[in-house]
Amino acid sequence: MQPAVTLRVTRYRPEQESEPTFATYEVPFRKDWVILDALNYIKDTLDGSLSFRWSCRMGVCGSCGMKVNGSPKLTCASFLSDALPGPIRVEPLDYFPVVRDLVVDMSDFMRKLKKVKPWIIRHDERPLAEGEYLQTPDQLDAYKQFSMCINCMLCYSACPIYGLEPSFIGPAAIALAQRYNMDSRDEGAPERLEILSEHDGIWQCTFVGECTKVCPKHVDPAGAIQQYKLTGAIHWLKSLLLPRGAR
Amino acid sequence: MDRFACDVLVVGGGGAGLRAAIAVAETHPKLRVAVISKVYPMRSHTVSAEGGAAAVIKAEDSLDAHAYDTISGGDWLSDQDAVEAFVREAPQEMLRLEHWGCPWSREPDGHIAVRPFGGMKIERTWFAADKTGFHMLHTLFQTTLKYDAIERYDEWFVTKLLVDAGRCQGVVAVELATGKIQVITAKAVILCTGGCGKVFPFTTNANIKNGDGMALAYRAGAPLKDMEFVQYHPTGLPFTGILITEAARAEGGWLLNKDGYRYLQDYDLGKPEPKPVLRSMELGPRDRLSQAFVKEQEKGRTLEGPYGHYVHLDLRHLGARVIDTKLPFVRELCLKYQNIDPVKEMIPVRPVVHYMMGGISTDIHGATPLPGLYAAGEAACVSINGANRLGSNSLTEILVFGARAGKAAAAFAATQREPSPSVLAQADDEARRLEETFLRKTGGHERIATLRAEMHETMEESAGIYRTGATLEKAAEKLQSLQERFRDLSLDDHSYTFNTELTAALELSYMLDVAEAIVQSALRRRESRGSHQRTDFPARDDTEFLAHSLAYRGADGRPRIDYLPVIITRWPPGKRVYGR
Repeated sequence: MQPAVTLRVTRYRPEQESEPTFATYEVPFRKDWVILDALNYIKDTLDGSLSFRWSCRMGVCGSCGMKVNGSPKLTCASFLSDALPGPIRVEPLDYFPVVRDLVVDMSDFMRKLKKVKPWIIRHDERPLAEGEYLQTPDQLDAYKQFSMCINCMLCYSACPIYGLEPSFIGPAAIALAQRYNMDSRDEGAPERLEILSEHDGIWQCTFVGECTKVCPKHVDPAGAIQQYKLTGAIHWLKSLLLPRGAR
Repeated sequence: MDRFACDVLVVGGGGAGLRAAIAVAETHPKLRVAVISKVYPMRSHTVSAEGGAAAVIKAEDSLDAHAYDTISGGDWLSDQDAVEAFVREAPQEMLRLEHWGCPWSREPDGHIAVRPFGGMKIERTWFAADKTGFHMLHTLFQTTLKYDAIERYDEWFVTKLLVDAGRCQGVVAVELATGKIQVITAKAVILCTGGCGKVFPFTTNANIKNGDGMALAYRAGAPLKDMEFVQYHPTGLPFTGILITEAARAEGGWLLNKDGYRYLQDYDLGKPEPKPVLRSMELGPRDRLSQAFVKEQEKGRTLEGPYGHYVHLDLRHLGARVIDTKLPFVRELCLKYQNIDPVKEMIPVRPVVHYMMGGISTDIHGATPLPGLYAAGEAACVSINGANRLGSNSLTEILVFGARAGKAAAAFAATQREPSPSVLAQADDEARRLEETFLRKTGGHERIATLRAEMHETMEESAGIYRTGATLEKAAEKLQSLQERFRDLSLDDHSYTFNTELTAALELSYMLDVAEAIVQSALRRRESRGSHQRTDFPARDDTEFLAHSLAYRGADGRPRIDYLPVIITRWPPGKRVYGR
């Protein structure tokens, strides 16, 4: 007989149910299947009404973040065999409103992302005819890690501060702000610092560090926040010492 | 139903769509431009592109060399005026992306670094390690956020183009979060919905690549060009189809058969050298390498695993340092998804459906024959890619032709009046169709997954690396029967909130249309050229087929095939020579 594994999956259809429930599905166990393959097996053969997001199945589009046995994961990069013996719990990411089943509403992040101005800001734009901005490999390395964020939302789901205070701008958005601040081509750090120094900016973070632990791309948002706090504190100190000169 | 309006509507938020939207905002700042996408833009499949983007930058390179590599790579089916415009505008588009912050890999002195790629005479591929598409997409997306003129409709699924008085005037779409059927009117629409790799079972393509835009245009009366040309990438991981970038071979990787022999030397691709040689061996073009795999399999010299035949890609001699700096994603993907370490082990690979050379027929400005309708990126066929696309031309193409389509659509929109009221009546009809056919449908016997699997099997058997008239004819019949069975679909989900069974059904219907166009175009092209290899017509035939195929949707719903001459400017058709 083919081995099988049981999945307990969150179901929530707001038109039918007033709150989320669990449904249990038995799926074949295959050693090269990831959680996402099991969800697709359910959708294709057992219950076409199960809803979840996915796309690339190679860990780079950021769509398929869910909680697997309580931890935020990319389900395309989590093998069934690592979640045994089952039943394997598959739930929507924490701290986001649930739209339906495993689909969460991430519009809050989309607003916050825009707020930190994640684009190159310069006083003077160099004409294309003058060629590229030079950037040495070391200068590239200074921000490269922060540019790896795939916006998968695992860090928000792991962040207890975001859980308590949804106005917190959050790990990924701060890491992306820092990605541009550290880019030798950018001159927008002061503008971003003002945004991030607001009360729902960086100061709320208490360095729990969960964001960095769950990041599937080793972006280290906690490191970004720490760097930022240091810059912010120096900026604040300078403004005390030089009341008219810091800007 | 709510009604929304804009001047230029971009369908699809991948690289081409975002570049088009920025072009509209920059050239016509007064126009309202909107991007509608079935996924958040940063989920678009541009994100998965790995190796790089080609543009002439080195002093010893030339635009003519890039053009020749592209045209010979495409087996002379590319339109040469389009290729000339493409290679000319490529460097400035790539520089523009640099100015927008793309983290291109650099030389020690801070200049842009380039790497070689398959089928090219001189290295000209810009790269951001091996996550080039990812960085390009996020740079473009984050840059769009600074333009207030660009509105977004994220997670809206387009079901129909509204056409009235011979002009495209908007779309009907399902807002996924609520299930509301909405209408967005526009003075011009640009389709940037990507390719349709998912009509095949084994593909590098993401789940979202279902030929949506191709089918929408085709149903609206615009033709699909060169649909028979399907690119197999020679190196995908068995089972998952995850792409192992050509950059792995450009950095010096070898393809080995079961005897550890660099078998490409037997297929007129040059002699094996320890270091990579441009336009030779592992750096030959993708079509020729994928065809060599099939021949090698026929000789019994491939390996066999649980997911079929494969060969080895050997990177071990490159060492951990090169792999970690130039190919970190390759290592990550192999470790995470195949449980092997390319520093110490050989990577099992086999050819995998990767890219559609064909698509919505456009001119050099991205305009389709239907006024008001434009297309760019993989969804479109200009054509610069001819019968086989050169690796690293597609990421550049989305920039050059995304920008061109954006500018042209904006200029067109600026001269148009508001959409006519009759399109709203059409939108009502479409809303009724969606309700009756899907949302409130009861009964039916067919499952989406069953029909999709049968389509996959049909396409793999008939429209793979080698094709014959007999199997293509059978496939055409089979696809017709699948179209009929689609009408007897049984659906489990009648909810309006984020109904992904509805979108899967609509995607299947798009794919069936596109599959018919591929099969019919392949059946009619009785020659072998580039990626289209007919065992019953093994030679290229420039007398009959130096022409683009055009698939129109006939009155009976079946494809009708017509032809359009190829534009030749300076490079008369010649022999494709590699490794010599």
